[in-house]
Amino acid sequence: MTSIAASTSELAANRRDIRPGRIVAWTLLMIGGIVMVTPLIYMFSTSLKSAGQVYDLRLIPADPTLDNYIRVLADGRFVRWFLNSTLVATAVTLSNVFFDSLVGYTLAKFEFRGRYLVFLAILSTLMIPTEMLVIPWYLMSSQLGWLDTYWGIMFPGMMTAFGTFLMKQFFETVPDDFLEAARVDGLNEFTIWWKIAMPMVTPAISALAIFTFLGNWTAFFWPLIVTTSRELYTLPVGLSSFAVEQSIQWEMIMTGAALATIPTLIVFLALQRYIVRGVMLAGLKG
Amino acid sequence: MLTKIKCAGLAVGISILALGQAQAVEIEYWQYVFDTRVKAMDQLIEKFEVANPDITVKHVTFPYADYQTRVVAAKVAGQGPDVVQLFYGWLDNFVAGGLIQPLDPSVFPPEEIERDFFPIVSAMKRDGHYYGLPTAVRSLALFYNKQLFQEAGLDPDSPPQTLDELVEAAKATTKYDASGNITSEGITVEMGGQDHHWWREVLIRQFGGKPYSEDGRQVAYNDAAGLAAISFHSGLQTEHKVGQAGFMDEGQAAFRAGLAAMTIDGTFRLGAFSSNPFEWGVAELPANADGVRSNYSSYFANAIGATAEGEELEAAQKFLAYISSPEAMQIWLDVVGELPARKEVALTEDNLANPIYGPFLKGLEYAHTTRFVDEAAQRQVVIDMENRILLEGQDPAESLAQAAREEQAILDRFYGK
Amino acid sequence: MASVATPSGPAGIAGLWDRLSIRTKRVVWAWAFLAVPIVFYAGIRFYPTFQAFWLSLTDWDLLRPAAFIGLENYRRLFADPVFWQVFRNTFAYLILGTPISLVLAFVIAFYLDRVRFMHGLIRALYFLPFLTTAAAMAWVWRWFYQPVPIGVINGLLSAVGIAQQPFLRSVDQALPAIMVTAIWAGLGFQIIIFMAGLRAIPLTYYEAARIDGLGEWAILRKITLPLLKPTTVFLVVFSSIGFLRIFDQVYNMTTNDPGGPLNSTKPLVLMIYQTAFSSYDMGYAAAQTVVLFTILLIVSLIQLWLLRNRT
Repeated sequence: MTSIAASTSELAANRRDIRPGRIVAWTLLMIGGIVMVTPLIYMFSTSLKSAGQVYDLRLIPADPTLDNYIRVLADGRFVRWFLNSTLVATAVTLSNVFFDSLVGYTLAKFEFRGRYLVFLAILSTLMIPTEMLVIPWYLMSSQLGWLDTYWGIMFPGMMTAFGTFLMKQFFETVPDDFLEAARVDGLNEFTIWWKIAMPMVTPAISALAIFTFLGNWTAFFWPLIVTTSRELYTLPVGLSSFAVEQSIQWEMIMTGAALATIPTLIVFLALQRYIVRGVMLAGLKG
Repeated sequence: MLTKIKCAGLAVGISILALGQAQAVEIEYWQYVFDTRVKAMDQLIEKFEVANPDITVKHVTFPYADYQTRVVAAKVAGQGPDVVQLFYGWLDNFVAGGLIQPLDPSVFPPEEIERDFFPIVSAMKRDGHYYGLPTAVRSLALFYNKQLFQEAGLDPDSPPQTLDELVEAAKATTKYDASGNITSEGITVEMGGQDHHWWREVLIRQFGGKPYSEDGRQVAYNDAAGLAAISFHSGLQTEHKVGQAGFMDEGQAAFRAGLAAMTIDGTFRLGAFSSNPFEWGVAELPANADGVRSNYSSYFANAIGATAEGEELEAAQKFLAYISSPEAMQIWLDVVGELPARKEVALTEDNLANPIYGPFLKGLEYAHTTRFVDEAAQRQVVIDMENRILLEGQDPAESLAQAAREEQAILDRFYGK
Repeated sequence: MASVATPSGPAGIAGLWDRLSIRTKRVVWAWAFLAVPIVFYAGIRFYPTFQAFWLSLTDWDLLRPAAFIGLENYRRLFADPVFWQVFRNTFAYLILGTPISLVLAFVIAFYLDRVRFMHGLIRALYFLPFLTTAAAMAWVWRWFYQPVPIGVINGLLSAVGIAQQPFLRSVDQALPAIMVTAIWAGLGFQIIIFMAGLRAIPLTYYEAARIDGLGEWAILRKITLPLLKPTTVFLVVFSSIGFLRIFDQVYNMTTNDPGGPLNSTKPLVLMIYQTAFSSYDMGYAAAQTVVLFTILLIVSLIQLWLLRNRT
């Protein structure tokens, strides 16, 4: 953890310099980076073009217009899909932060018979691909009336083995003395976890939250299966059906894609530091 | 429409299920998403609700690709539609799955149906019972871009009448860039669109064959006629280079963008093409050298869901009667452009003289209707057949034989059940 | 939350509770904490897993009740040429996608780690695609791959006098074309993880190596790569599983002819989706999911074996 937190410049300065190649490397990296965002740039550029200008492949629209956005937003569905995605991703993230932490903490800090078995059982679910479960989930949802409901979209992801494993790894680094001291003060175990242990692993919690939110925000396969009415679509499913409906009017499709992308870009620009660190943490420990 | 969206917007975040008011009888109408069809149905529902204030109709739509699955899934979940739209080719599956119920003959007398509707309505009849009624029927025609015709020195008012003229017109209107890439098609080539119908029911017959045996259980196109038909179609791309599968992603998109001089499409496309920023016309599908014409006609019917009973069934019957009424058909014609399914509404002098509806109505007179058992799978067979020729360079005769085997297997699986 | 705060209750129970040893109390707490999750994992993970195995032995089709038909679904699957095509496709995504994306990611991370000037900006450029929605970007890429006059890539090729490429309209190019979009989306994540791994290598190792007079290449080969192995193994497994489960991109880039042309892009998950949710052949689809499970299990076992090799 500490090595990651160390500043880049300090590290790089300590590394052996490769001066002759440095400018070349920098230029190549920059070109590669620009290539990486080209699809995004073209997406935004085309979303600002009118139907007649789509064939003009110039990057800067000759006569930029927000008409496409107005048309797409005017019928209200995108707003609804956006809210659906936000609701679903938020609820699932809260659930994961709560339960994955609770289970991770229990497995890291309590000693009881069966602990290892529970841990192995949860870990083993990492081996089961979602695709294998969708058919039984679909059957279960249809029997319990969960098809085409928010709960139906959310329930499979309310807890994850990955999150539990991540949190367990981090809770193991929390010194027992702190918890013991709290116990002596007469706090109950739930309070100790919530008030003492949780604040000590906030970087892990933010990593877990970022991963869960992003994963659910962009999820496509299960929402595609479980939702039937357009009012319940999440943004990716809505966008996919919107694109087909538009009968291949690219400027409209690009506008839809841009609308699906803008929120994550804003969040990223605001939270870049945390997101990158969170991804690193999750990747290293996971 | 707008108020509905506003309501939906308000309901977001407040309640999880945004359902309508619970007082009156509420019935659900299901169809697939197609912009003009949705608009037309919204109008019909509005008028129907004004005339029947005690009934509200909830309009539910799904993407076409998922539509059948959704109907089946809803039946499993016990929450099916009261009135549901279905393609005529799905009837056997819908009946077998217990998704719809036969129409009550006292409300919808069969002799009246047969008197008033075009004869193809009989495709909705099984064992003497009608299972549904269409609002509109569709046929195919040749759409052409008058502006591109003019630019190419062709007369914008005399579209091609024969297949040879079609190829000539396409050659004249195709544009290429310096590297020989097509930048504007003469005619769209897309089996995944309506071309597979054109090939199956029109081209094969025009080359002297027939697609299926009389009872519809045997594939009959694996012969010289079938080969000539597929060679003609794929030849538009390989030999004449006047079209290119996948150009602009879809044929209709190319035509709409003014980048295809001709395309073969159905009545249902009229609404979408109405906003095209250029002048376009409609012509009957070209005849062969001997003047033989053919067409493919089809329709979506509306049926009553198996789960409807009691007052919901009564409301569903009223609604079905309304959306099959002359008034509804006129609205459907105006908004969607699909031809009325009742002869008296369709075959008016106005309609026959109409430069757009006329060619479609003439097409109806000599149209054939394919008896599909699995429309999606049978369409895929034709798509794959042409892709093997275009993309893998397979010999057309071999590809045709393979397609015939594959489609026969689909028919056998269905009729063998 | 309410479900968790069980052990403090009415007086009678409280009295009983007080008599328990601290150790026992903690065990009770532990199981109380685990109660809801255990129900969840049993009901939403394990039971459905067994059900999937069971359904794969039935002819369930949504409409009629499931009947046991033994291994018939598997027999049908292994006799289906489309399955073997799909099987090859799925591994093509894996075998091409994983090495290409990891080598690219490593090279970029290796150099990016040493760049100071505009480091944050460059990193952000590479990372941004990871945050996009695959279903949305698939459409952007689909547009990129169009033929002239609308496709950006072909427009560029034509402008410099190269023949236009069919991309998605080719049985040879379609799969790589779709794979590129998946590599593009995942690259940023892999770069970040590689950079984290690189920085976790203690600097003293490099200093010692330099004192020993090792060159740049030797340091990379003898120190960086071996010490980076845990990171690499993690990424290999993570991205392998990602490529084996590819769906969003293929589904959205081939809506006209799903998995086409001629099934040349169809991965196993799309076949499962079509079998289950277009043909409602649920039993047959369940058998396909069991095959997917087996493939993923084998890949994961290879991972464990590699991890063991590390120490």
